Amino acid sequence: MAELAAVVGIGQTKYQTKHKDVSIAGLVRDAAFKALQDAELTWDDIDAVIVGKAPDMFEGMVMPELYLTDALGCNGKPMLRVHTAGSVGGSTAIVAASYVQSGMFKRILTVTYEKQSESNAMWALSNAQPFSPHLNAGAGGFFAPIIREYMRRTQASPEAGIKVAVKDRLHGARNPLAHLQLPNITMKEVEESPMLWEPLRFLESCPSSDGACALVISNEELAKQSPKKPAWIRGTAMRSEPTMYAGREEVSPRAGIDCAKDVYAQAGVTNPRKDFDCAEVYVPFSWYEPMWLENLGFAEKGEGWKMTLEGATSLDDNGDIPWNCSGGVLSSNPIGASGMIRFAEAARQVRGDAGDHQVDGAKLALGHAYGGGAQFFAMWVVGSEKA
Amino acid sequence: MSDANKEALEPITGIESPVYLDYNFTAGQATARFLTKVKEGKLVGQRCPSCRNVYIPPRGACAACGVATNEEVELPHKATVQSFTIVYIPIPGNPIKPPYVIANLVVDGANISFLHLLSECKNEDVRIGMRVEAKWKDPSEWGFAMENIQYFAPIDEPDVPAEEIGRLKDA
Ligand SMILES: [Zn+2]
Repeated sequence: MAELAAVVGIGQTKYQTKHKDVSIAGLVRDAAFKALQDAELTWDDIDAVIVGKAPDMFEGMVMPELYLTDALGCNGKPMLRVHTAGSVGGSTAIVAASYVQSGMFKRILTVTYEKQSESNAMWALSNAQPFSPHLNAGAGGFFAPIIREYMRRTQASPEAGIKVAVKDRLHGARNPLAHLQLPNITMKEVEESPMLWEPLRFLESCPSSDGACALVISNEELAKQSPKKPAWIRGTAMRSEPTMYAGREEVSPRAGIDCAKDVYAQAGVTNPRKDFDCAEVYVPFSWYEPMWLENLGFAEKGEGWKMTLEGATSLDDNGDIPWNCSGGVLSSNPIGASGMIRFAEAARQVRGDAGDHQVDGAKLALGHAYGGGAQFFAMWVVGSEKA
Repeated sequence: MSDANKEALEPITGIESPVYLDYNFTAGQATARFLTKVKEGKLVGQRCPSCRNVYIPPRGACAACGVATNEEVELPHKATVQSFTIVYIPIPGNPIKPPYVIANLVVDGANISFLHLLSECKNEDVRIGMRVEAKWKDPSEWGFAMENIQYFAPIDEPDVPAEEIGRLKDA
């Protein structure tokens, strides 16, 4: 890469069931404005705007980027919209970072959002196709059998999924922006919550949230002038693979393994569990924590669930590698923004600006997003130092 | 003040304006052929000329090899449960009552799974490796749709080891 790039501003709305007070345009503008404030910049300081959004079918608004142009102050500026299903928040940040690293733009505003209260994701993900019976199972129905296969292979204790559900909500209770605030949640409460898609219970699944997340990414020269500490982007990678093909490894997709290898190599990470101080990983259903622990090389194959149960990923258990200190997707899920929130929260950690969910002295963090049928992956590594 | 009156005083922040979506499905050669055969009560997949894996429903290409699939293979109506979920949420417009089982099924001779309903057994008895068979609707109801099969039901055959489900026999 020709240029170094860094996150110099982060803006997030509060994540909640319904933002009745604003339209979609108001929601994205709120996050964008907060990111500019955080960077002590104005709209005039921005060279280009990059918007990310999950499928248009969710809110039923086709090409929302057209309508968001003026709300995001991009009249007369280049603007681009990115889409890679649930991983879009991550890939949008990477597209923005790549433009800065290439030298094309010096400073970019990038924003992602979802207004699930105006959307019907279940409907949008379940349109009828004649070659498949119309079962309307949604994302939970798609991922539950894959989780079951993980549990069969590893003989995992059913408690592992319940533990993640509790752990991420306890983390979320430290983060005032998190949608779910469940400071007193217990293993028993999760276990007794209604089964939705066995083996997945209600409290082992993510909520439906409204919210937006924005970043200002600038080149090295401008980042050095930034009033607050920059989060240096040390590596970015994306990989994809088809939803279905004969012999596809669904439990630990090849695209995820390759994407992690690529981004680790760029950042000089050889032992992710040791080298990272924390990670923000896309875990919309509790069991995806142990599954991604293995896919991303934090745990040996078959051992992810043990690492979770031992508390290695928990702030409250003083774990050595806390995952999703912000509460993660299990605490807030404005789908299109969820990937960028992971990237932003990784950046907050290395800026030392994560409030009550700060990992002491965090220097290197991973941001991760996945989408579609676990077929799109986007990851970045951010650090408190340039190299 | 009654609750109804209170509600009337709430400021309006949004109105419902539903989107209806009707579309023509262009199946393409492979899927059109598959659906034509399903209308006759047959399951016809396609074999990849490169890796020899059999796809059903065929989409005209092997996504692993990136090559077109042409060779048709008629498959039996027996299958193995590769994995499954027990769903506790009703399907809008479908009379099936939760909890019901949606299974990833691999038809004998195929190397990829598809989703379908599993019935005629206790949900707690369903397991990975279980053998099942298609229960077709009455032929008078058959159309160009996988719904010609009402559901799959268990058969009295030994389970298939999980590692062998959907794998090529000679691989
Ligand atoms: Zn092939």
